[in-house]
Amino acid sequence: MAKEKTYVEDIDRSLYDFRNKEGKDTYKLKAGLTREIVEQISDEKNDPEWMRQFRLRSLDIYNKTPMVDWGPAIDGLDMDNIVTYVRDNKKMSANWADVPADIKDTFEKLGIPQAERTSLAGVGAQYDSELVYHNVKDEVAEQGVVYTDIESALHGPYADMIQKHFMKLVPPTDHKFAALHGAVWSGGSFVYVPEGVKVEIPLQSYFRLNSPGAGQFEHTLIIVDKGAYLHFIEGCSAPKYNVANLHAGCVELFVGEDATIRYSTIENWSKNMYNLNTKRALVEKNGKVEWISGSFGSHVSYLYPMSVLNGEGARSEFTSVTFAGHGQNLDTGCKAVHNAPNTSSYVNTRSISKSGGISTFRSSVVINKNAKGSKSSTSCQSLMLDDISRSDTIPAMDVRTSQADVGHEAKIGRISDEAIFYMMSRGISEEDARAMIVTGFASNVGKELPLEYAVEMNNLIQLEMKGAIG
Amino acid sequence: MAEELLKIENLHVSVEDKEILKGLSFSVNKGETHLLMGPNGAGKSTLGNALMGNPQYVVTEGSVQFAGKNLLEESVDQRAKDGLFMSFQNPIEIPGLSLSSFIRSSIENISGNRLKLFTFRKELKKAMEVLHMDESYAERDMNVGFSGGEKKKAEILQLLMLKPSLAILDETDSGLDVDAVRTVSKGVEEYQKDKDGALIIITHNMGILSSLKVDKVHVLIDGKIVSEGDASLLDEINTNGFGAFEAKAKEG
Repeated sequence: MAKEKTYVEDIDRSLYDFRNKEGKDTYKLKAGLTREIVEQISDEKNDPEWMRQFRLRSLDIYNKTPMVDWGPAIDGLDMDNIVTYVRDNKKMSANWADVPADIKDTFEKLGIPQAERTSLAGVGAQYDSELVYHNVKDEVAEQGVVYTDIESALHGPYADMIQKHFMKLVPPTDHKFAALHGAVWSGGSFVYVPEGVKVEIPLQSYFRLNSPGAGQFEHTLIIVDKGAYLHFIEGCSAPKYNVANLHAGCVELFVGEDATIRYSTIENWSKNMYNLNTKRALVEKNGKVEWISGSFGSHVSYLYPMSVLNGEGARSEFTSVTFAGHGQNLDTGCKAVHNAPNTSSYVNTRSISKSGGISTFRSSVVINKNAKGSKSSTSCQSLMLDDISRSDTIPAMDVRTSQADVGHEAKIGRISDEAIFYMMSRGISEEDARAMIVTGFASNVGKELPLEYAVEMNNLIQLEMKGAIG
Repeated sequence: MAEELLKIENLHVSVEDKEILKGLSFSVNKGETHLLMGPNGAGKSTLGNALMGNPQYVVTEGSVQFAGKNLLEESVDQRAKDGLFMSFQNPIEIPGLSLSSFIRSSIENISGNRLKLFTFRKELKKAMEVLHMDESYAERDMNVGFSGGEKKKAEILQLLMLKPSLAILDETDSGLDVDAVRTVSKGVEEYQKDKDGALIIITHNMGILSSLKVDKVHVLIDGKIVSEGDASLLDEINTNGFGAFEAKAKEG
């Protein structure tokens, strides 16, 4: 039996690929990045003065900072063609019925309002540059939990808290796209969970980029106070256009003493997207951050959530799966900085590459001199589904104390013919057998997600695996 | 008149261009149990793999009819849907996929119907009891961290759940201790009796056979069947080993 490999141009993304025309009400700034554009955004948002200055300072830094040159090529990204700010001419709503019909239709197709009704404590939905909907369940709000867009929060009782934290963890000087973010950020969420409050059901934000050639620069700022708990989920998608789109969001998590944040992401950007996202958490004494991440979309990704373990006993867990198909170059991984004694970081990643996709795992573990008794363990596994795909592992470790326990393990594998034969001998088709193996491989993330999301992720895998064989 | 289930005629099979089976013929009727015996390297496992459709085993000549169909033209999964099953000597590990969900997928694929979870669980529990398998194995990753014996039991568990019309058991008894052999035999017996299943048992060991009714014994030497008979042939092999058969094969 000769086996021929065929390969399919692109998967059926019809669920995600429907596009809405920009309505006549759409307000869109010119493409490119100038001082005028940044000022316009600032006017549009009615920024407080410090934020306006912050934006302009970030723009200066952006102009002075060279392009990154160490990862996947981003030549296809021409900033002169990226529209930094697009919004529908309607204001944000806390009532689903008030969301404009076409936008509502988009989110309904993606199952957002349904999910809110069934399994979420609160939902934010961002369409292009602005939040169009934000709602949090009363019983959660009554506990003092704040979940709102940052723009509103900048004019409310938490304005000082935001000024104190905004881009302090990811300063604009961090890298070129952090500077860009600082200049043109728009939308995103602010969450504050007061001391001791445990939000048992997750909060969710869904980011949808609809306009061609646009950028999305949402900022997520989450502060979880002493002993509190929060599970935050973000989902991302966009239809495919022939021009490059850019996502340069920023996530800053402040995890208080004995507090825990679980931050889950299912990212399914379309395959013309440059996903240059920066995520970082600062973890205090005995606090814990849990990053759960499934990356399926985008043309190019640079994504390395970072945990700064600043207090004694602080912990970080990072669990991810990355699936790179045809035309995708996904450079993902994580960083952990151990800044205090007895801190621990645990990394468990899986990457899958197929049809010429490139998947690179990049990690950095730094254990500083004072971080005695710290532990770090990294395990990354790769699965290559054919001979034309690529998978690389680039771990870096910088250990400055002898009293630390650091381990790293990497495995690269393929699906064996024996495994396929075995499963087929039990009545399962070759296509399903491969999909089941890949789904099993990605179960490190699947089993950490709430059921609805695990199902969605498995559907994405099935979709990616369709037509993988001939 | 017994209903013919499998008919192998003049089967030649090569592995990596080396001919292993050199013109093998026999038939199995519905519900019958056949033993395929012979020394190591005679081609016993090759037959099982060729029937199941392992792509590494290339049929160069001959024909196989199974359940009224030309088996050799069918894909591997279709053969399973037609009612063929093979237990593997070295079952595959599938991390992240539980034994129970694998079996459930198999059943649904073979039958083409969705299976009620409740019905499935009940039946699975019953089958696991027959095999003295701890219930926790159902939710463990498929064969991952299973001992040799547990892996073999998991194979027989699938036999009981999938209910094929013909099962090829490839050295299912090898590497098992006496108790495990007894348990596995009990499972096979259950399949034989309750499901009226036909069997081709590939073995060079008598342990599994003690409790099973055997209809026919085939002795395979160097890719050909040199002797056939009823269960009494077993006594001859028990007493004299395969030496006499090998000598006979050489005389040709």
